[in-house]
Amino acid sequence: MTDANDFDVEFRGITKRFGDVAAVNNVTLQVRKGEFLSLLGPSGCGKTTSLRMIAGFEQPDEGELLIGGKDAVGVPPYKRDVNTVFQSYALFPHKSIIDNVAFGLKQRGEGKAERRAKATEALELVQLSHRADDRPTMLSGGQQQRVALARALVMNPRVLLLDEPLGALDLKLRKEMQFELKRIQEHVGITFVYVTHDQEEALSMSDRIAVMSNGVIEQLDEPRAIYDNPKTAFVAGFIGEMNFLTGTVTSANDGHWTVDAGVGVPVQGFGAAPLNEKVRVGLRPERLVVTPNSDETGTNRVLSTVLSKMYLGDQIQFVVTLPSGATVIAIEQRASVDPATDNIKPGDRVTVSWDAHAPLLLGIVDADKSNSTDTSTTKETR
Amino acid sequence: MARNSNRSKTGFSIWAVLVIVFLYLPIVVMVIFAFNQPSADALASNPGVDPCSLPATQIGNVSVWNGFTACWFPAALHDPTYIPAIITSAQIAFVAAAISVVLGLMAALALARMKPRGRIPFDILVYLTLVVPEIVIAVASLIFFVQAHNAVPFFPQLGFWTIVLGQIVFNSALAMLIIRARFVGMGDTLEEAAFDLGAGPLATFRQVTLPRLMPAVFSAFLLSFTFSFDDYVLPAFTNGTTNTWPIVLYSAVRFGITPAVNALATMMLLLTIAAIVITALILRRSRGGSSEGVAKNFAALGV
Repeated sequence: MTDANDFDVEFRGITKRFGDVAAVNNVTLQVRKGEFLSLLGPSGCGKTTSLRMIAGFEQPDEGELLIGGKDAVGVPPYKRDVNTVFQSYALFPHKSIIDNVAFGLKQRGEGKAERRAKATEALELVQLSHRADDRPTMLSGGQQQRVALARALVMNPRVLLLDEPLGALDLKLRKEMQFELKRIQEHVGITFVYVTHDQEEALSMSDRIAVMSNGVIEQLDEPRAIYDNPKTAFVAGFIGEMNFLTGTVTSANDGHWTVDAGVGVPVQGFGAAPLNEKVRVGLRPERLVVTPNSDETGTNRVLSTVLSKMYLGDQIQFVVTLPSGATVIAIEQRASVDPATDNIKPGDRVTVSWDAHAPLLLGIVDADKSNSTDTSTTKETR
Repeated sequence: MARNSNRSKTGFSIWAVLVIVFLYLPIVVMVIFAFNQPSADALASNPGVDPCSLPATQIGNVSVWNGFTACWFPAALHDPTYIPAIITSAQIAFVAAAISVVLGLMAALALARMKPRGRIPFDILVYLTLVVPEIVIAVASLIFFVQAHNAVPFFPQLGFWTIVLGQIVFNSALAMLIIRARFVGMGDTLEEAAFDLGAGPLATFRQVTLPRLMPAVFSAFLLSFTFSFDDYVLPAFTNGTTNTWPIVLYSAVRFGITPAVNALATMMLLLTIAAIVITALILRRSRGGSSEGVAKNFAALGV
């Protein structure tokens, strides 16, 4: 049995509706003390609503919400031991940077000298103590973001909530801030709940990721498990790139399964599978090996035709047509492939092969939904 | 291309100058005629008398230039009716503006947060007070105030307070619109951020909402003050025995007016310009309001 006090935030069957739409649908979630948990999903998946319920800006319609083991339903935001870093920063434009950071301490009734000392310390943490007396509008977006972070951190909350805090920054700054955030989180040891739609951000910083879609958590796991072992087709497609094959399980025993995906050869993988059911199988593009001048086929080794080739600098991306007519994407690292691979041209016959550990079983296909996803599809998430 | 755009630039400049001349030439003329002497005939038939102490009926034609004098300025300041009327008008305008801004602020905050079902009827009522002709409100106010005073003894008699009450109807609606525009533009996030940092509703209002709304509150106050100050129609119906500056002026016009009126108007113009310049300087110097925001607020005032 786990003690409720092991969790800083706990959702127990929480539902939140806007009109007839359930933005968050019967979600149960436990945020561990001191962890960096990301809520990841496309817009409208319920991640921001979940965050706003923890902050107290929204109240759940059903279910229990516990913060620090105590019932938080109905508690207004200003009485919660959580603080938020807003996407739009929400710095007070009429106050100086130091007054922005000290705002929360002032509300707590802390003395002026103490406020100033703590705020300065927080600004040092985000390397902005030299801008203490400036106005927010005089700072760049990245600097404002760091002030917003300092303003929330200085409160030393039980949980820090971050609502797509890097969304408005350019790519380079975003990468820097990812490092920065992770460093700060490890330094202060506060629980972070981080909302993002950027899978790379979530993968690089989080201890655990909750992938959300349509108001439910599809999978909650460590980044590596989310990437290597996606439990649903949605997670597989949303995190990284994924080729999907659909076929019927023809054998399943001794921890092996075989699927007939109509590609002329059996697709084989490890794990348990429901015999004779129609299932979806995922293959990561980087796990596919494209071999030129080869007509050797067999299990997990398919004779195919190159449809297109694209150089991505350090990588080559092939789009390959399988015998079933489906197309898959294969990505080869140029440093690790046979130089002959560099010379493959569209129209060439190649074999596409993969290790038996590569195919991921992503569940049974609903008969009524199978049409749209029958051919393999890939998703560009960059 | 370049020549074309240059030519159109020149065209626009000329147009802009013409518009400004059209707007401000009357004021310039008024200021010039504040320094006009009584006619030569009037001066000749009143030898040895201070020319600016002559009553309006005896100064001759002052709509033509007779010569320079600055004596209308001291004469205006010593006039027994003008100065008290201006003070009364200023007091009424100040009280009406202050109450209107408070009411408008409260209504703006409430309405912006209201669901459409409650908000739309209220909105319609507010707009109605702005579009109903003032004369209608004036007549209605007169009847209402008289009846109210008859029915409830402590309801004020026609006078200072009934003018204030009547003007609040229009001015609070105006103040509400101005303040709400800024409040809606401000969004929810600043208030949410304050809540998030532990500030309750009152602390948030005092430390975040009100400071952010100050430029709009200030604009609303100034506009409201101006409307009240030179309002004639409503006070003409509800003034009782109280004389406001526009009422005194209108009744003076019947007997003809002296350049002392021009002199007073010129002094008021100078006071207004000084007030606007000082406020602009203060707002620009207080680093909270960007100069852009100041410009917007003055644009709203038509300045």
